[in-house]
Amino acid sequence: MNTGGEWSNPPAMAPTQQPIIDLQNVSMAYGGTDGVIALSETSLQIEKGEFVAIVGPSGCGKSSLLKLISGLHPPQSGSVRVSGEPVKGPLKICGMAFQNSMLLPWRTAIENVLLPMEIVAAHAGRFRRNRAEYREIARKLLTTVGLSGFEDKYSWQLSGGMQQRASLCRALVHAPELLLLDEPFGALDPFTREELWDVLQALWVERRPTVILVTHDLREAIFLADTVYVISHRPGRVISRTKIDLPRPRQLDDTYTSKFIDLSHSLRRQIGGSVAR
Amino acid sequence: MTKTLFERSFPWLCTIGFFVLWQIVCVGLNVDTFILPSPTAVWHSFTQHTALIMSNALQTLMTTLAGFALGVAVGLLFGLLVGASPAVYDGLYPIMIGFNSIPKVAIVPVLVIWFGIGTVPAIITAFATATFPIVVNVATGLATIEPEWQDVLRVLGARKWQILTKIGIPRAMPYFFASLKVAITLAFIGSVVAETVAANSGIGYLMMVASGRFDVPLVFAALVVVGVMGVGMYQAFVIIERRMTFWAIRTQEVVT
Repeated sequence: MNTGGEWSNPPAMAPTQQPIIDLQNVSMAYGGTDGVIALSETSLQIEKGEFVAIVGPSGCGKSSLLKLISGLHPPQSGSVRVSGEPVKGPLKICGMAFQNSMLLPWRTAIENVLLPMEIVAAHAGRFRRNRAEYREIARKLLTTVGLSGFEDKYSWQLSGGMQQRASLCRALVHAPELLLLDEPFGALDPFTREELWDVLQALWVERRPTVILVTHDLREAIFLADTVYVISHRPGRVISRTKIDLPRPRQLDDTYTSKFIDLSHSLRRQIGGSVAR
Repeated sequence: MTKTLFERSFPWLCTIGFFVLWQIVCVGLNVDTFILPSPTAVWHSFTQHTALIMSNALQTLMTTLAGFALGVAVGLLFGLLVGASPAVYDGLYPIMIGFNSIPKVAIVPVLVIWFGIGTVPAIITAFATATFPIVVNVATGLATIEPEWQDVLRVLGARKWQILTKIGIPRAMPYFFASLKVAITLAFIGSVVAETVAANSGIGYLMMVASGRFDVPLVFAALVVVGVMGVGMYQAFVIIERRMTFWAIRTQEVVT
């Protein structure tokens, strides 16, 4: 029943400055050598436990970057390293969430959250014999995102916001080192979205996974991230890296401060400029 | 979302209306019973030959279910194979489509040469007609999995068979159960067709004998019985479908 310990004490590692994610001059194309170039000559380093947001105009290869890092799609050139190891295939340590919650409709909320436990090697063997224990972990997690009482509802019985909450839980339940979020709040109304920013921030502060959040929403990026990368229009390349040094936990009111608005303006200008070019 | 009394009784009203219309046409136009017997004449024939019709109907039902069961087993297996592997899909599709294009009446004489007159050709014909829609549906269900679902599992280190069992098969189940409704009615067609050509019992055989004796009301009584059995089996599979894959149908009454 030890749910907290595993999260708050990540395995002791030698204190190293080595980034968990290291992209060097990476290019990526869909559809072979003469296909569409999604990313060109991209380099970026992400520290362990860092919350990174990636913004850019639509179709700039933001999602491609996630496919690259997670090992779902190979780079055309350059190197992708995660935890110092070159990425050769799907990573096995990721949690993922998308704009659509992608919950399985034949499973209840809690069964959806438990899905990673049935797959991830570290848990799969224990899962069947310790089902009650795992259900308790999932139930607690659902409670922290405000889904207490909805554990046994099917995903299609939940509202869009609730589905995304459950989807976040599924992405996090196995304590992944790496959380990849592809516009997870893109389809939600603004109020629900802001509510979920709080939920995500709280989960991140508690567990400190490395997060890469792809988003269209500059406020969302600034509110949540330590570092915001702006990617240019296709073919995508990183055009700026902005540290967000607002104190945490950030409050919704902070988004109306002049500092926040200045950050938002300067990021907006970079994106606008790259489109006009 | 409870249906009104009218909505619930509408299928019955339509069916009754159909028979009433049939009766009116027969009586009103004074149609010869030899051409088109009226529903009352058909009913009269049914009451006279109840035991004969029912024993043959039971024979047909058993034949159909046997062929259908074979069709489900083989259809599910091939559907999973074809849907899970693009190579198998490409390899087997021409053969399957070619086989399905052959009218099943045409294979009955061949089956008679192999197995003789009797139940076996009817079972195999029922099997042959029922299998194809099951294969196609299950394969479609497997082949149209959303890529994001696969991504979610792959970045957890899932193997191919895990993606198949956790997502592919559950995802294909609504397609499978939907195809069973079609397959059971096709199985009836297959077995009755085979019985009219090569059997010495069953509803199809009874119809051939009756039409040989120009007992047209009996032919129609047999036809109606086949139709009723078809509707009954279809309805049974509608209920099974709702039970098994309620999450894909998503009617409000499921919510508790």
